[in-house]
Amino acid sequence: MRTAEGYRKLIWKAKIRWLIGNIIVYSIVCIPLVPIILMYGWLIAQAFSGVCISSLIPQKLTLDNFYFLTGPIYWGGTPLYKSYWPLVRNTLLLALGTTGLVVAITSLAGYAISRFEFKGRDPLLKSVVVVHSIPGVLFLIALMYVLNTIGLYGKGFLTLLSVIIIKAGLESPMYTWMLKGFFDSVPWELEWAALVDGCSRFAAWRKVVMPLIFPGIAAVSIFAFLSGWGEYLLVLTYITDRKWYTLSLALSELTYQFKHVDYGMLAAFSLLYLLPAMVFFLLTQKYLMTMRIVAYKG
Amino acid sequence: MSKKFSNLLRGYVIRPKASISISGLGGFKSFLKEKSRTFFVIAFLTPFLAALTIMYGLPCALSVLMSFTDMGLSFELHFLNPLLKNYYTIFHVADPRVPVVAQTTILYVGCTLLINAGFSLVLGVLTAYCIRNENVASVLRLLWFLPRMTPVIIYALLWLWFTDPTYGPLSIVSSWIGLKGVRWLLDKPYSQLLMILVNGYIGASWGMVIYVSSIKTIPLEIIYAAKADGATDWDVIRRIILPLLKWPILFVTSWQTLSLLGSYVEILAIWDGYSYTSGVEVWSLFTYHTAFEGYRFGYSAALAIIMATIALILVAIYFKVFGFKRMLEPSRIEV
Repeated sequence: MRTAEGYRKLIWKAKIRWLIGNIIVYSIVCIPLVPIILMYGWLIAQAFSGVCISSLIPQKLTLDNFYFLTGPIYWGGTPLYKSYWPLVRNTLLLALGTTGLVVAITSLAGYAISRFEFKGRDPLLKSVVVVHSIPGVLFLIALMYVLNTIGLYGKGFLTLLSVIIIKAGLESPMYTWMLKGFFDSVPWELEWAALVDGCSRFAAWRKVVMPLIFPGIAAVSIFAFLSGWGEYLLVLTYITDRKWYTLSLALSELTYQFKHVDYGMLAAFSLLYLLPAMVFFLLTQKYLMTMRIVAYKG
Repeated sequence: MSKKFSNLLRGYVIRPKASISISGLGGFKSFLKEKSRTFFVIAFLTPFLAALTIMYGLPCALSVLMSFTDMGLSFELHFLNPLLKNYYTIFHVADPRVPVVAQTTILYVGCTLLINAGFSLVLGVLTAYCIRNENVASVLRLLWFLPRMTPVIIYALLWLWFTDPTYGPLSIVSSWIGLKGVRWLLDKPYSQLLMILVNGYIGASWGMVIYVSSIKTIPLEIIYAAKADGATDWDVIRRIILPLLKWPILFVTSWQTLSLLGSYVEILAIWDGYSYTSGVEVWSLFTYHTAFEGYRFGYSAALAIIMATIALILVAIYFKVFGFKRMLEPSRIEV
């Protein structure tokens, strides 16, 4: 027979074991997060600090770091960039253009692949997986030759336009996969009913199915926008005209020049660049679970 | 739903008999309808097929061609004699950088895989099963997602500050433990450790999401039954969750291997200009540098083709091991 004292001891033991277990669990998940939290915290603190800091406490609070919003960005007397806003325009063009193209391509193809059986459907699906596994640098090199041959390399706006098309083309196969899953989940009876009532097939797609897969379209557009907004490699490789630089390209150049000297301006620049991405990221979090192969890169 | 039945459902549009009996159309009209269906499919697929051909097919064919040439800045397809000279250079180690780069790549893929597939499994199990408060768990998952959602060049800047010799916390902390004067980005074992961590922070979240969504599909009855029989949490994880995660683990490991073979953007952004001397020049980055800094497009195409061949062999193996369906539906638990 156990006494009340014995039971109390047992309960205490269980409580201590629970506490230790929780401490272990939380430390495994949280301790590796410390550098990440430090970095993002620093970015915010540094953007408003007058001197370079190595902690999260801002010193000499100031807004001077944001001077680039109203004037040119100087380096040793020579203006590197006349203004900040063309960079924003170019980045927006790239992000929105990619999103528009990707949504157009994937919503058409995803529907056709989901609803119709045709010769070569399965090989097509398999080829999407296969081509996506090939390292991206191969396409970068070959497309450089293509761009140069058709005379679109180093042509200012036309080059930006071709970067948009290249980016959308490279990303659409995997987004098509993702959207096909959404189309599969719409019951076909709905379209059938529309067709029987005299709807054309295009109208059935446009007016019946598309509104139903809005969450899928939203997820695809948000992913495509984020990826276009942060795109670095394609613009670094293909865009040579400073008038058409994007925020990522400008930031990489500024980092090269200002590192060790003016972290404040870099942090302010990054913070503004990061904000739209973070807003979109918070909007996406409910779609995180729909990320499958789409976002496997990295 | 049986497979046959679902196929029947999906193919409803192409079965003219069904549509005739419903709409009561005559033979000629059904012929027209069949034509319009073909037209419809072609119209819907054309942009997609164009993207696939121009952005994927054409470059693949072109780089095979380019790998037989010594194409430089003049962009002339001038074939080499012997034709496979670029490949000889690589395989006969006429280029002393190739073995170094290959070693770095193996180190990079192997070690980062431990984080991307191994540590992400720990994260997935802990945030999906051990942390019972769903709000806390999802906030933690969001924090782990931050690096992936950040534009790569900002991520690079954050690491540059973190490892800055004067202001960076890493340098300050490491000087406390006797590593004074270590240049984390430049000195060899440390820079390689950073290379693995930088990519691990981005890669961990993807595996985590796959594992979490797999664990969420495990029927709770199984876990309740085990608990009623006196199993501890550790028993549940070891005897129920991990065995059921067999396919997701294989899936994450295999896709991450492929993606790591091709990834180099973060390294390019952080170690711009001194990646080779810091020992972080992976194969893809070496290919990129050969093409866009050395302007040896022919040679770099050969380097890329070798990497692509390895990736394709891996994919073929995966298709054999997984079957097509499992390769794309990682989170389905087979109880």
